[in-house]
Amino acid sequence: MYRIVRKKSLNPTVTQMEIEAPLVAAKAKPGQFIILRVDEDGERIPLTVAGVNREEGTVKVIFQVVGATTERMNHKEEGEYLQDFAGPLGKPTETEGIRKVCIVGGGVGCAIAMPVAQEFHRLGAEVTSIIGFRNKDLVILEDEFAECSDRLIVMTDDGSYARHGNVTVPLKEMLEAGEKFDMIITIGPLIMMKFVTLTAKPFGVPVTVSMNPIMIDGTGMCGGCRITLVKEDGTRETKFACVDGPDFNGYEIDFDEAMSRGRMYMWFERHAYEETCNLFRKA
Amino acid sequence: MPIIPKKHEMPTQAPEVRAHNFDEVALGYTAEIAVEEAQRCLNCKNRPCVSGCPVNVNIPDFIAQIAKGDFEGAYQTIQQTSSLPAVCGRVCPQETQCESKCTLGVKFEPVGIGRLERFVADYHNANATELPQKPESNGHRVAIVGSGPSGLTCAGDLAKKGYAVTVYEALHTAGGVLVYGIPEFRLPKSIVAKEVDSLKALGVTFETNVIIGKTLTVDELFEMGFEAVFIGSGAGLPNFMNIPGESFKGVYSANEFLTRSNLMKAYRDDSATPIMKGGYVAVVGGGNVAMDAARTALRLGAEQVYIVYRRSMEELPARREEVEHAEEEGIEFHLLCNPTEILGFNNPEDPRDPRNGFVTGIRCVRMELGEPDAGGRRRPVVIEGSEFELHVDTVIMAIGTSPNPLIKSTTEGLEVNRKGGIIVNEDGLTSREGVYAGGDAVTGAATVISAMGAGKVAAASIDRAIMGK
Repeated sequence: MYRIVRKKSLNPTVTQMEIEAPLVAAKAKPGQFIILRVDEDGERIPLTVAGVNREEGTVKVIFQVVGATTERMNHKEEGEYLQDFAGPLGKPTETEGIRKVCIVGGGVGCAIAMPVAQEFHRLGAEVTSIIGFRNKDLVILEDEFAECSDRLIVMTDDGSYARHGNVTVPLKEMLEAGEKFDMIITIGPLIMMKFVTLTAKPFGVPVTVSMNPIMIDGTGMCGGCRITLVKEDGTRETKFACVDGPDFNGYEIDFDEAMSRGRMYMWFERHAYEETCNLFRKA
Repeated sequence: MPIIPKKHEMPTQAPEVRAHNFDEVALGYTAEIAVEEAQRCLNCKNRPCVSGCPVNVNIPDFIAQIAKGDFEGAYQTIQQTSSLPAVCGRVCPQETQCESKCTLGVKFEPVGIGRLERFVADYHNANATELPQKPESNGHRVAIVGSGPSGLTCAGDLAKKGYAVTVYEALHTAGGVLVYGIPEFRLPKSIVAKEVDSLKALGVTFETNVIIGKTLTVDELFEMGFEAVFIGSGAGLPNFMNIPGESFKGVYSANEFLTRSNLMKAYRDDSATPIMKGGYVAVVGGGNVAMDAARTALRLGAEQVYIVYRRSMEELPARREEVEHAEEEGIEFHLLCNPTEILGFNNPEDPRDPRNGFVTGIRCVRMELGEPDAGGRRRPVVIEGSEFELHVDTVIMAIGTSPNPLIKSTTEGLEVNRKGGIIVNEDGLTSREGVYAGGDAVTGAATVISAMGAGKVAAASIDRAIMGK
């Protein structure tokens, strides 16, 4: 059992928790993820590590309430326990040789992008961060990004806060203005990562995307997290996000397929979520 | 007493009943049947059955004890060499091992050794009031990676000798393939839990949620004071055919499908785990895993389940008993068939149609058997123009696995073969001093009992190495 040491609400649907898991805390690097179960018989869900406190032995995770499991998790309070917490899984984000980086985060994906930005900042790279949200109420981690970024651009889809528009707008402006990034790292909804990749393509800047497909074991056993890479010569290659990723070359990802696969259990999830909400409503 | 030519039948749930539940198919011998079956043993002098068992259970001895009605004594005999009798009595392919060597089997059906083993283990589990005693410690520590059959066996053998054993398991429940892979109707999970509890009583410590190669490395285990490490991390990543359409929604690896149903309990109505249920299902492959997946799909409510296998029934690698059970339950076998493409729904008018990207069928070609290949099995050859389509909603790929890369990639000096399997010598020792390995991590997908045999060999080698220091 893994104790919830701290819990904080970042916005109405996004919560941050720090979990006591010393073995994971000792190892986790930016870009890696953990698998947790909230309670006995619960599903295994992957969450990316949003930070670690090695002295304290805690791991920070940030999650959005999107389904039954995250709803249950959100009802756990400080001092209570999660059933299982395993990791760190996946490969850490590659930082080697990158001196000037652009981090593009969307929505709750910013929680994953934040430790990556912090790591580059710590390594002395020049960090530009573009973070986007649907509206003002959903903005998270602005201060944290401001601290580790040489330049921070906040966007909202509806213009209710900061700059109006998608994250691709300022990215394109910068690239057109001749800005030379060694790497663009984008983390967020698949559709956003797809368009960030398309925006960068004409400028020939390498793009790393962080994939977050459906997973069960997360250790390279079930194959549910498979994604298809399309190589330059058109050959297709199956990769497993849990052991080969979660970071991949954005130009090779078959985004449409990944989006389709992500919707596999939509019918089930919606139903389970509603049931869980009703359960808590009654209680 | 005249020889009874046939094994006593195993009582089973009727096919039409069991096809709709997850309760165990085989119900087990009664004490009466067990005694009668045990009396069939000729107690022959050269005991060929023992050499047919990868862990060398003293088969004639325990059978003689059953014949005398000493069931607990029979259990103690088995338990000397096997750590998991209730498991082996259920999932071992006895027909190709101990029973294939049985002297009685030369003229008649062999003694039902597996069924008797199962009876004895179940008798013990139902009647034993005391857990095994923890042996006196010898002060040495061994780490086991993975809690599947090889790891549990290795842990059990070492614990009995007084070693302080810690088993590291990546998943949240101990048991490995016994809990995530083999379905409830073939191996009830309560039985696996009992075997794990017996090991705990022997002093074995289980640490779940620890992924060796990630959470801790093999080198760190040595730094923590373990004197030897046994790697029984299992089979690893599922293979796919690399045909078009394998990413459509509704295509599973058998590992994923079975894990959802078994480990994640999707077979229960109250489960939070989603799984595609009902409709038409094609399972590609002919091994035990394919049979398990097919029969699980049926029990989850499929209208019809097909096995699609590229060779003929003769080459089909699954156990006869499983094939017969599957046939009785109504699984349809498409033999000498090979998939060439998985078909999916696409509404060109509406890219948002929720049906888009879901499986609608599988295209296959018919095969004929040509010349034997290097392994001696006749190679299937495509019959030109024999294409046909099966309408299905779910496709389950059960065509084997490739070893997991996590340990290899983080353990310097650990040699693996071309396929990624860890290389070991006859003692189970790897290229690294103090590091042993066995089971599917070494051989690629094989059987529970061969993994147990490897765990046993490694335990003996570890004991020799540590005691010889």
